[in-house]
Amino acid sequence: MSDTVTLHLQTANGQIPTQPPTQTRRWRALGWVLAPWALPTALFALWWLGCERGWIAPQILPPPARVYATFVDLGQSGDLLHNTLISLQRVLCGFVAGTLGGLLLGTALGLSRTFEAYVLPSFNAIVQIPVLGWLPFLLLLVGVGEPLKYILIAHAALVPATLSTLQGFRNVPVTLVEASRVFGYTRWQRIVHVVLPCAVPTLATGVRLAFTKAWLALVVVELVASSEGLGYLIVYGRQLFQLDLVMAAVVIVGAIGFAINRALDALERRLRRGLPSAFR
Amino acid sequence: MARFTQTFFWRNAAPRCDCELNREPAKKRKLPDLRGFVLPALAFAIWWAVSTIHGGKGGLLVTPEQVWHTTWQQVTSGALTKALGASLAREASGFAIGSVLGLALGLSLGLSRLATRMIGPSFDTFKQISLFAWIPLISVWFGLGDAAKVVFLSLAALLPVAAHTCDGIHAVPRSYVEAARVFRYTRWQLVWHVILPAALPSVFTGLYLALIYSWLATLGAEYLLVAGSGIGNTLIDGSENFRMDLVLFGIVVVGVTGSLLGRLARAAERAVLERRGGASVKESV
Repeated sequence: MSDTVTLHLQTANGQIPTQPPTQTRRWRALGWVLAPWALPTALFALWWLGCERGWIAPQILPPPARVYATFVDLGQSGDLLHNTLISLQRVLCGFVAGTLGGLLLGTALGLSRTFEAYVLPSFNAIVQIPVLGWLPFLLLLVGVGEPLKYILIAHAALVPATLSTLQGFRNVPVTLVEASRVFGYTRWQRIVHVVLPCAVPTLATGVRLAFTKAWLALVVVELVASSEGLGYLIVYGRQLFQLDLVMAAVVIVGAIGFAINRALDALERRLRRGLPSAFR
Repeated sequence: MARFTQTFFWRNAAPRCDCELNREPAKKRKLPDLRGFVLPALAFAIWWAVSTIHGGKGGLLVTPEQVWHTTWQQVTSGALTKALGASLAREASGFAIGSVLGLALGLSLGLSRLATRMIGPSFDTFKQISLFAWIPLISVWFGLGDAAKVVFLSLAALLPVAAHTCDGIHAVPRSYVEAARVFRYTRWQLVWHVILPAALPSVFTGLYLALIYSWLATLGAEYLLVAGSGIGNTLIDGSENFRMDLVLFGIVVVGVTGSLLGRLARAAERAVLERRGGASVKESV
């Protein structure tokens, strides 16, 4: 009886039926791994082929080789580093100032109902006006210099930071606050030990949003009113009809935004993972 | 899936959270809360006093009367209607094209694992690139006219719709799909009767954000592709001619239009979702 069972199992798991599926499975797995690269590769091939065969005029879409050459050229001449550093400096200053301001403002709004009643409606009204609406106003007020960029970037970062902080403070579970009251926490203890740990994930999201907003504002400001920086490189290339320069600059803008976003994403996940320890 | 739940720049949905925050005290208190008007009134009074003392002739420091005068002039001469009409027409066409394409892209990303695998990473990378950085390329490919602006606006509307549709579909509870499988739904029935209704709120969030962001993009397009008329051009004119009154007028128009659009979208969303919610409750009972 037991012999027949083992025999059956052996034939069921025998090599003959499973051999071809493993091979196809392996191919399928390979295809699965390569699938994300299919679209970019196809687009790149089309671009390259289109330029090679002369389907597209180089003035409208420069060939990949030329974009690469421009890229190398920019890197070697130091223009790229110079402009990137300027852009990064602007975005970092504005971002840090805006985020700190937003955290402070959000904390004040979150902790005091009275302050909220006085300030939040005005804040909401100001939020309705986008960065691009403020641009001409500030252009007249402070001129085209560096302060304009810092103010606009800081404003762009301040809004999401404030709103996320406020939301983080508001969304603290009532049960936890009640528990802290049962334990006779003082107001200060409640804020430090209960409210802040609960608000950390929302705060982290707010900071990340603030960065993406700041980066967006930087590009906009540099496109409209600047004589240095990555956005200016784009405009300059556009004016000279040097699309290779434009594309190289766009790629760098995208790459930097992507990299910093990834870093902040990792940081946020780390904070979230560390969250339970805050309740211990 | 985690890739798609990543927050990106238009996910902030700022007005949403305030409205929820504001709603509660308003319900509790019968009296209207006037404390919010204190700060604007104070600012206005200071502005009025300072600008009047300065004489109202000194270039940038305009008086409230001057702004009011400009407003009256713009409204009665029809300049406002023309500019705002041009902007809103562009916004509407860009929003329509972008959200239809975004829905299609979001559906395919959400429903097919292969599509997610193939398009997802490229899409994620693409949306990291600041939208405005595309404008110079778009201007070379499509010119400076309305075509280029509509292309740009569609792009601005497409991204949030696609991302939120996909997110919404991925967030459909497993149990729903399993229940549908028990009832032997076909794939088409599963999509139409289970997945789409469950994902609808998220799709609406995407559409709402698309409306807001295409309004921002309208301004951006008018700034960077300077041709034709529009509310952005009014702002640029004011800025170039050092007319602070015109700039202030433009800012107020932009802010009011943006908040009205947001309110309209939220009202539409609530109406549709309520009807849907009522229907689905009846069905389930």
